[in-house]
Amino acid sequence: MKKVFAMLFTLFIGSILLVACSSKDSKESKGNSEVTEITYWQYTFPTKVEQIDKIIADFEKENPDIKVVAQDFPYDQYQNKIFAAVEAGDRPDILNIYNGWISKYVDMDYIQPIREEFMSKEEISDYYVDMIQPYELDGEFYTLPVAVRSLALFWNKDMYKEAGLDPESPPKTWEELIENAKAMTEMTDDGRYKKEGFGWNAAGQGLHEFQQVLLRQYGVEPYSEDASKVLWNEKQEGYDAFKYWLDMTMVHKIGDPDVGNTYREAFLAGIAGMIVDGSFAVGDIQNASFDWGVTTLPVLEEGGLQSNYASYWTNAIAKGVEGKKLEASERFLAYLIQEDVQKDWLENVGELPASKALIADEELVNDPTYGPFIEGLDYAHATFFVNEDKERQIIIDGVDKIRLEDADYDETFDEIVTKIQEVRDEFFNKQ
Amino acid sequence: MKRKETTAKRTFSLQTKKALIAYSFLLIPVLFYLAIRIIPAFQAFLMSFTTSSSSAFTMDNYHKLINDEVFWKSVKNTILYVIIIVPLQMLFGLILALAIERMGGKLKWFYRIVFFLPYMTSIVAISWVWRLLYDPNSGILNEILVKLHLPTQEWLGSPSTALISISVVIIWQMMGFCMLLFTAGLQVIPRQYYEAADIDGASKWQTFWHITFPMLNPTIVFLAIIGVIQTLQTFTQIANLTGGSSGGGLGGPLNSTMSVVVYMYNEGFRQYNLHYAAASTVFLFILILIVTLIQFRTFNKSYKL
Amino acid sequence: MKKKKFSISKMIVNILLIIGIVAVSFPFVWMILSSVKSTADFYSFSFWPKSLDLSGYKYVFEKTDFTRWYFNSFIVAIVVTISNIIFCSLIGYTLAKFRFTGAKLIFLIILSTMMIPTEMLIIPWYVFSSDFQWVDTYWGLIFPGLMEAFGIFLMRQFMLSVPEDILDAARIDGMGEFKIWLRIAMPQVKPAISALAIITFLGNWNAYLWPVIVTNTAAMRTLPVGIAMYGTSDAGGIQWNTIMAMSSLTVIPMIIVFLIFQRQIVEGIALSGTKG
Repeated sequence: MKKVFAMLFTLFIGSILLVACSSKDSKESKGNSEVTEITYWQYTFPTKVEQIDKIIADFEKENPDIKVVAQDFPYDQYQNKIFAAVEAGDRPDILNIYNGWISKYVDMDYIQPIREEFMSKEEISDYYVDMIQPYELDGEFYTLPVAVRSLALFWNKDMYKEAGLDPESPPKTWEELIENAKAMTEMTDDGRYKKEGFGWNAAGQGLHEFQQVLLRQYGVEPYSEDASKVLWNEKQEGYDAFKYWLDMTMVHKIGDPDVGNTYREAFLAGIAGMIVDGSFAVGDIQNASFDWGVTTLPVLEEGGLQSNYASYWTNAIAKGVEGKKLEASERFLAYLIQEDVQKDWLENVGELPASKALIADEELVNDPTYGPFIEGLDYAHATFFVNEDKERQIIIDGVDKIRLEDADYDETFDEIVTKIQEVRDEFFNKQ
Repeated sequence: MKRKETTAKRTFSLQTKKALIAYSFLLIPVLFYLAIRIIPAFQAFLMSFTTSSSSAFTMDNYHKLINDEVFWKSVKNTILYVIIIVPLQMLFGLILALAIERMGGKLKWFYRIVFFLPYMTSIVAISWVWRLLYDPNSGILNEILVKLHLPTQEWLGSPSTALISISVVIIWQMMGFCMLLFTAGLQVIPRQYYEAADIDGASKWQTFWHITFPMLNPTIVFLAIIGVIQTLQTFTQIANLTGGSSGGGLGGPLNSTMSVVVYMYNEGFRQYNLHYAAASTVFLFILILIVTLIQFRTFNKSYKL
Repeated sequence: MKKKKFSISKMIVNILLIIGIVAVSFPFVWMILSSVKSTADFYSFSFWPKSLDLSGYKYVFEKTDFTRWYFNSFIVAIVVTISNIIFCSLIGYTLAKFRFTGAKLIFLIILSTMMIPTEMLIIPWYVFSSDFQWVDTYWGLIFPGLMEAFGIFLMRQFMLSVPEDILDAARIDGMGEFKIWLRIAMPQVKPAISALAIITFLGNWNAYLWPVIVTNTAAMRTLPVGIAMYGTSDAGGIQWNTIMAMSSLTVIPMIIVFLIFQRQIVEGIALSGTKG
C-alpha cells in the first residue's frame, strides 16, 4: 500500500509540475509587441479549416505585422463555445457565423457593425450578390461573407437506369420528381425503406425548400417586406403547398427522414435516388461510387416560377475589438473577401463566390457541376431568421406531429405559423 | 468528585482535539468547494431572479417557466427516466455481481470486463453505434424483429418508443457500474459471517437476506442516491442519441425525450438565455433535494446515516 | 451429492451470464467490426465487413492529432484520479469517523453540490479559467474535477464500515490521526478506492462538454472532443469508419486500466482476512 501510494503521489506531483509548466508557455507567446495577433473562430469543417489555414499563411506573408490564429470547434458545440467565451470576456476577434445567427448575435451585442471607413454600405451592396441585403439591420451591415450557397437537385444516374428511367433526364417539375422517385423507391414487405426515391426531410434543407421554393411557386410570398410577418397561411395556396410537400412522404411515400441517418448519407450510400442539397455537398458526392448529375430545382409546371434558397457563412468582428486589433481584423477581412480568394474557395470548399462580378463569369455559369447552383442564385432568396434554431425546431415539430401522430394538416400548419410569428414578434417588439 | 471532573475535562479536550483535526482535514477541500461549486451555484440562483436586460429583482423567469408546457413535459420525462432506469440498473447490477461472485476462477475476469465494457466506452462514441443499431430502416434490431415475425419499431424515431430506447442505452451502460460497486461492497463483508452462517446450516437464500443484503446496505443507499441524482440530470445520452445529424434539436422527436437538463441546455446554450436556464436549474435542484431527503429518511429506518 | 447440485446451478448461472455477455457486448463488437468496414458498408446489413478496410485507422493516425489527444486525455484523467483518491478518501474518512459540530452540514453541502447540473456551472468555470488564464491549458481541463462530491460520498459510505476498534487500537499505539487514515483506514477500503479510481478515470477520459468549452487549439483537445469533430454531419458527411476506429482505439487502454485495477480488487479480498 505504502509503495503504491508513494508511486501515485510522485506521479501526481510530477503531472502537476508538467501541467504547470505547460500553462506558462501559452502566456509567453503574447510577448512580441511589434506583431498584432488576432484570433479567427470557425466550426470544424475539414476542407474549410484547411483553406483558411492556407489563406492565413498567404496573408501573413504579405502582412508580417499581423498574426492570425485560427481555431475551430465541433459544430454541435460551436455556439456554446462562443457564448461561454463572450460571457467570460474572452472573445475572439473574428467570428465565422451562419447567416441565421446574425440577428441573434446583434441582439446579444456580440458583434459590431462594419465601419463605414472600412467598407461603406454602398460598397458592400455593389460588391456582393443581392441576397445579403436582408441582413442590413438598423441600417448597418455586420458581416462579410466569402462565399454563398444555393440549392440544386442531385440525382443518381445508376438508380435511374435500374428503375428503367432515362438517366439523362432529371425531373423538371415536382410532379415528375414524384413520379421518378416512386419508380426508384423500394420497400420491404413490412413497410421499411430499402431505397428511397427522394431524400425527403424537414430538418436539413427540406424546410428551406418548402418556405422559399414551394411556397413561392404556389404564389405565396413567405414573409412581409420587413420580415416581421409570417404570411405562409395568408392564402389557401399556402395550405396547398404545405399539403403538397408533406404528401410526398405521407401519401406518395417517396422518401423518409430516417433513411440512412441523413439524406446526404443516404444519397452517398446509393439508397436515395435524388436529394436537394447545397453546392458544399459536391466535395463529398464527387467521391461517390456511382454516376450522378446535378440540375436546377424543379418547378411547379414547365415554364413556371423558379425559386431557390440561399444561405451563407459569414465573418463578423466581435464587439469590443478596437485599436490595432480592429485595424488588423479589418485588414484580414479585406484580404479574405478578395475575388481571387473566393475563386480558390469555390475550387476547394465548393461554396459559390459571394461577389456579384464573379457570379456572372461565363465559365462558371456553364460549369456542369456548379452551373446549376450559380443559375439558382439568380432567383434565390435568403430567409431572414430572427432565431434560426427556434424557427427550425417549430417546423420540425409540426412536421413530426403529422408524420408520427397523424395530426391535421391545416391545423398544424396554422400552429407552425402562429409559433413562428410569436418568435418574430418577440424580436421585433424589442427593437 | 474531583476524579469525575478530570475525566470530563479529558473527554472534552480529546473531543476538541479530534474536532480540530477533522477541521484541519476539511479546510482545503471545503474552500475548494466553495470556489468551484457553491459560489457559482449561488450566482446561478441569483441570476434566475434577473434578466439579461436588467438586474432588478423579478419573478419573470419563473413565471415563464411554469407556463411553458415543454418544461412540464421535460419534468414528466425526467421522472419517467428515474422510475425506469434506477431500479433496473441496480437490480441488474446486483444480479451480475452475485452471479459473477459465485463463478470464481478464471472466468471472473472475463465476465467483469465484458459487463463493465459499456461503462468504459465514451458516450459520444457509443451513441453512434446505438444509432446504427436502432436505425428503423437498416438497423439490426428491426432485422431481428422481422426474423422473429414481430412488428418493427421506430425506436428513437417515434415519441412512444424514444424514451424507452434511450433508457435501454442508459441501463446497458450503467449496470456495469452498479455491478462494480456491488462487487466492491460484497468484498468488504467479512468472510467470518458466511462461515458462521454455514456452520449454523443457513440456506443460501437465508444467508443472502440476513447477511449479504444488510451488509450491502451502504452500497445500496449509495447507488440509489447517486442513481437518482444522476438520472435526474440525464443529459449526455439524450444529447448524443437525439438531435444532431437526425436533424432538429435535442430531446426530440416532439420533445418526447427531453429532460430538465436538456431543456435547460437548450434555453441556456441554444437560446443564450442563461437567466431563464438558471430558473429551471433552481427548480431541478429543489426537485433533487426533495427526492434525496426523502431517500435519506427512508433509508434511515434500516440504516443509520 | 451436495457438490453435484452446486455445479448444476453454477452451470445455469454460467449459461445466463453468457447470454448476458452476448447481449451486452454486441454494440461494442459492432463498433469494432464497423471500424474496419468501408463507408459504403454502413448502409447495408452485412454483419461482417465485406472486405477489410483499414482506411479509418489510417486516417486517424495520418490526418489527425490522435496521439496528442490520447496523451492529453491520459494526463487529465490520471491527475484527476489521483487527486480524487487522496482527497475523497481523506474527506470521506473524516466525515465518517469524526464527530464534530457541522459534520452533517458539511456532508449535506458537499452532497448538494451534486444536485447542480454541471452544464449550469460551465459559464462560471469558464469565467474563472479566463481570469486565471487557464483557458486552453491542462489546468483548465483539470480543476473542476479535482474533488468530486461523488467520490467523497462513495468513500464516506465505505469508511463507515471500517470497524472502530482497529482505529482505536492504533490510537492506543500512539499513531497520529493522519497516519491512522493512511495506514489503517485506507487499506480497509481498497476495493472502494479501486472502484473510485476506475470511475473517476473513465469519467474524465470520456468527458466531453467541458473539454470542448475550455480548449481552443487542436493540440489541447481530448479524445471525445476529437471524435466529435468527425461526427458532425454538417461537416461533409459522417466519416463512420473514422469515428468507429477512434472509438475502438479509445476503449482499449480502458480495458488495460481495468485489468490493472482488477488485481487491486482481488488484493482487497486477500486483505479482508484481517477484518472483523
